[in-house]
Amino acid sequence: MSYMTKMSNIVRYEGDPRVIRSGPSSLPAVDRWSKALGWFSLLLGAAELLAPKSIARSLGMEGKEGLLRTYGVREIGAGIMTLSTEKQMGVWSRVVGDGLDIATLVASRDRANPKSGNIGIALALVLGITALDLIVAQAATASHSRRRGEQRLYGDRSGFPRGVEAVRGAARA
Amino acid sequence: MRALVWHGKEDIRCDTVTDPIIEEPRDAIIRVTSCAICGSDLHLFHNFIPAMLPGDIMGHEMMGEVVEVGHGVDGKLKVGERIVVPFTIICGECEQCRRGNFSVCERSNRNKHFAEKVFGHATAGLFGYTHLTGGYPGGQAEYLRVPFADATQIKVPNGLSDEQALFLGDILPTGWQAAVHCDIEPTDTVAIWGCGPVGQMCIRSAILLGARQVVAIDYLPERLSMAEAGGAIAINFAAESVLERLNDLTGGKGPDKCIDATGLEAHISHHHPDTVIDRAKQMMMLESDRAHVLREMIYVCRPAGILSVPGVYSGLVDKMPMGQLMNKGLTIRTGQTHVNRWTDDLLRRIEEGQIDPSFVVTHTVALRDGPGMYRVFRDKQDSCIKVVLKP
Repeated sequence: MSYMTKMSNIVRYEGDPRVIRSGPSSLPAVDRWSKALGWFSLLLGAAELLAPKSIARSLGMEGKEGLLRTYGVREIGAGIMTLSTEKQMGVWSRVVGDGLDIATLVASRDRANPKSGNIGIALALVLGITALDLIVAQAATASHSRRRGEQRLYGDRSGFPRGVEAVRGAARA
Repeated sequence: MRALVWHGKEDIRCDTVTDPIIEEPRDAIIRVTSCAICGSDLHLFHNFIPAMLPGDIMGHEMMGEVVEVGHGVDGKLKVGERIVVPFTIICGECEQCRRGNFSVCERSNRNKHFAEKVFGHATAGLFGYTHLTGGYPGGQAEYLRVPFADATQIKVPNGLSDEQALFLGDILPTGWQAAVHCDIEPTDTVAIWGCGPVGQMCIRSAILLGARQVVAIDYLPERLSMAEAGGAIAINFAAESVLERLNDLTGGKGPDKCIDATGLEAHISHHHPDTVIDRAKQMMMLESDRAHVLREMIYVCRPAGILSVPGVYSGLVDKMPMGQLMNKGLTIRTGQTHVNRWTDDLLRRIEEGQIDPSFVVTHTVALRDGPGMYRVFRDKQDSCIKVVLKP
């Protein structure tokens, strides 16, 4: 039983049932991963938005603070979407964002950059995250999609045992 | 006992919880024999309706056998009787209950002061539907405490199966009330947005009430096929223009009556940019409800027509075309269902064989499989329209 569930018992009426033991959640593993990635996006986005100078300095990207702030807004947007019920779109938007991050880091990795070592580490991290994002995005899409070939039609379910026309207007009488 | 418990957004679990007890003299305890997942449970599943707390038991469509009654029930309910429990808890005695306005019972919401702050006035207590409506434990459980049990019940006659009676507690009277609100005339075209369980009941109700033409709007083939079986003309909004098709069917005049059986989670479609904007605003907490269907109904409805809204809305909507609404002279009728106002009549119609609501059940599973079925129902997988759970 979670801490929040225990806390909520404070406002619960005395006789109301209380949780003794929790069962398995409706939240599948892929959705938990999406949630974790969503929170990661929010934290990274906040860091890019609030401390762009420090990040730029550590990557030798001085003068590109505006770009980092823009990426921060993008990350926060992706995070909000990933934490929402539209999590598939959110994680896919993270994949697109990863592509932008990789392109930006590659463009900044030249011999003239004194922090090219840090850029290399950042690139490795982003590539790892991109792989995770891709796996989660594909799994989330598969998990929440309607499967092909499973469709049934219900043309025999009128709900009127005597047929539609026999009862049309029956309640007007 | 076991019960389906809300632990957070999209997190429902089949938990072991303490058993309910008789708390008030007018209480009864039932052993739940059947309960269902309602489309409006998905609003809670998605945490779109505020004031749920981790540990709350879900469910407001349930029926069962009375196993214990309080001394104040006064012989109106006996141990062993089968009852359907309406989702609205009613005292049966206050001014609103005496008028038949059961969903705004003045006494059953035990969190009245909280509700008054949010809505201006308190509405009735509801089972398993947030602390705004009393925080009552729901019926997706093995046992349920029924407050005001002498009034909050519909007795089930022998000979009716659970599946035939269960929907008297919510979706059948909800569809019926929505259709009654339309004041249907024999010449009317009634258009219904959303062919989920409530939409299906709206279609059958409009037929029984004598509509000349019933039009059902959705995009899921299984739902549209069930709508057509019930006598409706189907419009697949993903494949054709709703406006053009409705104009074709009505000689350009538009439907006389429109029913929104969709509510706050209107489908998001790139063909309708307002749905995408609404969803973005909803994520940013700039509005709580997606009102595409309301906007479309106002636009397509024949002037001087009626809009009936049984779909659940929770708070604030943006970009409501009040100019169209006012100038076309449209009437809007809405509200949670006054279940017990309609159930005697509907029960008679079921017994007489005019309607058999069990047609809507597509999945029946054990209670322990409920958490997974929330996902199947939400993702519209396996052609799922209505889930019945057996505790």
